[in-house]
Order: sequence, then structure tokens, then C-alpha cells
Amino acid sequence: MATRQWERPPGTEVVYERPKALTDVVTHYCPGCTHGIAHRLVAEVIDELGVQDRCVVVASVGCSVLAYNYFAVDAQQAAHGRAPAVATGIKRVHPDAVVFTYQGDGDLAAIGTAEIVHAAMRGEKITVIFINNAIFGMTGGQMAPTTLVGQATTTSPKPTGRLPERAGYPIRVCEMLSQLDGAAFVARAALSSPQNIAKAKRYIRKAFEAQLGGHGLGLVELLSTCNVNWKMSPGDALKWLEANMVPVFPLGVYRDWSAAEGAEAARLEVAG
Amino acid sequence: MGRERKLMKGNEALAEAAVRAGCRFFFGYPITPQNEIPEYMSWRLPEVGGQFIQAESELAAINMLYGAGGAGARAMTSSSSPGVSLKQEGISYMAAAEVPGVIVNMVRGGPGLGGIQPAQSDYYQATRGGGHGDYRTIVFGPSTVQEMVDVMGRAFELADKYRTPVVVLGDGMLGQMMEPVTLPDSVDPASLPVKPWATTGTRGRRPPNVINSLHLDPEKCEQLNRKLEAKYREITSKEQTAELAWPDAEYFVVAYGTTARICRAAVSEVRERGWAVGLLRPVTLWPFPVDTFEKVVGRAKGFLTVEMSLGQMVDDVRLAVNGRAPVYFYGRTGGMVPSVDEVVAEIAKMVEGGAR
Repeated sequence: MATRQWERPPGTEVVYERPKALTDVVTHYCPGCTHGIAHRLVAEVIDELGVQDRCVVVASVGCSVLAYNYFAVDAQQAAHGRAPAVATGIKRVHPDAVVFTYQGDGDLAAIGTAEIVHAAMRGEKITVIFINNAIFGMTGGQMAPTTLVGQATTTSPKPTGRLPERAGYPIRVCEMLSQLDGAAFVARAALSSPQNIAKAKRYIRKAFEAQLGGHGLGLVELLSTCNVNWKMSPGDALKWLEANMVPVFPLGVYRDWSAAEGAEAARLEVAG
Repeated sequence: MGRERKLMKGNEALAEAAVRAGCRFFFGYPITPQNEIPEYMSWRLPEVGGQFIQAESELAAINMLYGAGGAGARAMTSSSSPGVSLKQEGISYMAAAEVPGVIVNMVRGGPGLGGIQPAQSDYYQATRGGGHGDYRTIVFGPSTVQEMVDVMGRAFELADKYRTPVVVLGDGMLGQMMEPVTLPDSVDPASLPVKPWATTGTRGRRPPNVINSLHLDPEKCEQLNRKLEAKYREITSKEQTAELAWPDAEYFVVAYGTTARICRAAVSEVRERGWAVGLLRPVTLWPFPVDTFEKVVGRAKGFLTVEMSLGQMVDDVRLAVNGRAPVYFYGRTGGMVPSVDEVVAEIAKMVEGGAR
């Protein structure tokens, strides 16, 4: 991958540039897709924590399958749904490596449900970036486990969209994983506005800190758009996300080891 | 550490041999008749600074192996037939991404849930790749507890040398029986050659390593397949292993694993009758030891293949013989083990020219 050389005009200063943890390539993502934002946030956190040279990404199957081309770190590409198991193998061999998976909702919440639940159960010291766009993107817009009731996809077609009596209800991953003691940090953010994106980055950093501190598994669910398969403009997709996805997938922190530690410290202080 | 001679159960001897070969990571899921392997590893690996994980599924276990092998460690998984079917996804990925690792299958009767008694009906699955795509795995078919110990070291060496998954195909009998074994000296994993392709983190020393099996451009995907093909040709020319007992014979019984032990007794018995019968025992099932067949096929009057299956390895025997001598088959399946008398009767049919 050739690095492009930019000449900085005299008298100017750099206020915004590509994070070191991203490669200098054009991605294959569709215009309007929020994967680019998610990639950038993860790369900024890797840069800020100074862990790029001991980082390993496990790419999954779906639109983000080529993540190994975009993150400038060691990479292993995993079979559909198996990224947390692959990450487990890598992390156990190199406990000082910083290992993260980057998975979509088909990958993590359908075919890989067992792998993510049990990686969290074991308290694997890995970080999971979970992209929830309520649809299978790469394969052309089929129903995902996270597809909303009534949402039309190519396998839950109009006029009814997803019918609960035939296809059940959307799965809430953060709520489910937050019940597991091995999960150190579980949070959900939306890549829908500058404010929400800033919050997403704070959560991502915390999910990496959970790993660095040896506290357990950190997972951040990022509500994302798939404007192409949703058949909307990028702007309308962001509005649709906020209006329809956020009520079903409430934003916030579902589990946080540091809050529990803080509460315990406060309790001891009171008791002491 | 000196060479120790011990009486050990097959599964435990195999596990100890793996540890001594430098294996430090084991990922598995309980299934009979191989449970002594994960049980042994669960206490033994922590003793030597390794790790044991009881995975949530066979799929997770093989994918942990893909991760650990990709990260550069000597690592393994073990299971039995229904579990190994589930592992095929990961084995295909390991072959394609050129990740070393050792997979043990203590074969039991099938198909489906089958039974828990010994069988050899996973031969096709093991020697034809087993999962999707054009690939092969190196397959060992040991026939004694000592040979299981010996091939474990070889399995890890070849997995690393060729960057490929290696299968050790035992069976319920070999796993459960006890025999005296001489254990090898221990290999220190730190003394093994560095794997510059492994996902360790770049550590400021090199550009990122990528372990991957996705090739959307069909020309590149064909190139990968051609590269694997060249590797498989090299393995075929260099790594065939077989035992040829009584090589001056005119008739040969062909068998591997537990069945080869029974056939050896049967051959000994008929030789006392003055019959010129020998035993050709493949140790590597892939690559199939065709070179050993070449040594005897010119003068051989017949080959009798005996398996605990309805006839799988016999296909490879026919390909090796290629019409130059008659090839006969006798098999029991579903967990049934052929007796010496049954094999003697089949040898008699071959030697005395009975119809078949």
C-alpha cells in the first residue's frame, strides 16, 4: 500500500489527520455507511492508548470482512461468527497483545451467538466492536436478528416487514451480555450525531481499557446505518436510526467494572 | 529428562506426547471416547505454563486453535467423529490460511451420533480434506499407543514445517487401551524456530501480518490453490510412511490403526501354514504410501484391505495398485471390530482363489 505524500502549505497547521492505526487506502464501504466512522474511532483510541504495535484485529464475515486491509495492525480473518473464539486463541498465546474483534449483527448476533456469549462468560480479555445496522448488509439486505419488527428486508419483505409471529423479535445484545460476570464493560452508542459519536469513542476507549487492565471482556455496540439496503439517503438513514432503532436499542452503559469498583470503594469508605 | 518407560492409557500417552512436543495450548469439548485427552491437558498444561480451554462447542475449539496457531503457538484440539464433523469449517480455514495445528480424532462408529465403539469410518473425511474447498491435511493412522506417542511429535513438526493442519486418526480402541510406552524428551517451545508470519503484534519490527483465506479475485484464489497444490505435492513426495512386514510375500493384507494389529496376528497365523502373506501398514493415510505399494505390486498376486468401515481406504489401495493385481476388501463397521479368525478366513479366500 503506497502512502500518499501531502505537501502542507506554508503557514498552516494540521488539526485533523488520519490516525496511525488506519492504513492509507480507499475503503470499499458504500457512500453514507457509518463503518468509516467506527473504524476511525477505533483507530483513534488505539493511537491514544499507544498500543498499535501490539494490537491484533480479528476481522469477521460481512461488510467489514476487509477490516484487515484498513487497520494498520496484525490481523486474522475469522469464519462467520467465530471471531471471539479466534481472538481467544490469540490472546491466550499473547496475553500482552491487545486483541479486538470487529463484527456485524449477522456475525455476532446470529451465527456467532454462542461464541460471543461464551467469550464474555469466560471473561476473555478482548475488546469487541459490534456494528448493529439491523440488517445483513454484505449479502444484500436480508433480515438480521436485530431487524426491527415491521422492518422490510429481502427476507422479511413488504408489506408486513418482520412479522413477530414468523420471525420473532430483535435481539438486544448489550442487555443479554450485561448479565454475565465475565463482561467488564458493555455499552451501546449510536453513530448518528456528533454528540453520540463522541460518546461512542469514550465507550470504545473504556472497552479497550477493560482489556488493558485485565478486567474482562469489553463490548461496544454501535447503532449504525445501512442506507443502501435500507433504501434511504444517508441523511434520512441517520434520522431513521434515531427515530426507530434507539427506542428499541436504548443507548448507554449496561455494565462497567469501574463503576462497580467505585461503588465498592465508596461503600468501604462509608463502612470504614 | 531421561527416556521414561511407563504403562499408560492411549489418550493420556498421546496428551503427554503432545506436551513434550512443545504443545502449550489445548482447546476441546467433551466427547467419548477421547475425554481423557482434555482431562489430562486441563491439569498438565498449567504445569508447563500452558493453557487449557474447555470450549463452548467444537466450532469454538477449532477456531481457538486457528487463533492460537496463527499467533505462532504449538496448539491442538481433540475430539471424536461427530465432533470432528463440526470442526471441518475451521480445518478448511486453517488449510487455506496456512495455519499449523494438530487435530486428533479418536474415531467412533457413525454415521450420525453412531456409537462410542472404535471405527475407521472417518477415513474419507480425514484424507479428502473433510471441509469445503480443494485441500488436504496430513493424516497419521498409528496402530499402537507407542506409535501414537511417536506420531504426535512428528505431527507438530510437520504442521509447523508445512504450515498446515495435521490430523491424527486414532480410534476408540487405541484411546482406551493401556500399553507400555517410552516417552520422548521434552521440546522447549522457546527453542523452536521463530514464525515471522504469526500475529504477535508488529512490536515495532515489521509491517502488519495478515492471516486470511478470503480472495475475492478468482485469479488470486486460484493462485492460492496452486500454491497449496505445490505444497501437497512436496508432502506427497517426502512424507509417506508405511510399514512393510514380510516384504518377500506374494499376497498382502493392507490395514492401519487397530485393524492392522488384528491383521498382523492373522498374517502370522497363516504364515505358519506356509502361505506367503505379508502386511502393508500405512502410517500416513495422507499422503497415502503409494511408493511402498510400488515396491511389491509387480509381483503381488493380491491385496486384501481390512478396515473398520464399509470400505474407504480400499479406494486408495485400488488407485495405488491401479489394476495390476486383484484388490479384495473385508470390513466391519458401526463399532464392530473384525476378529483374527474373520481375517484369516478372508486371507484364505484370497490365497485359495475363492470367489468374492
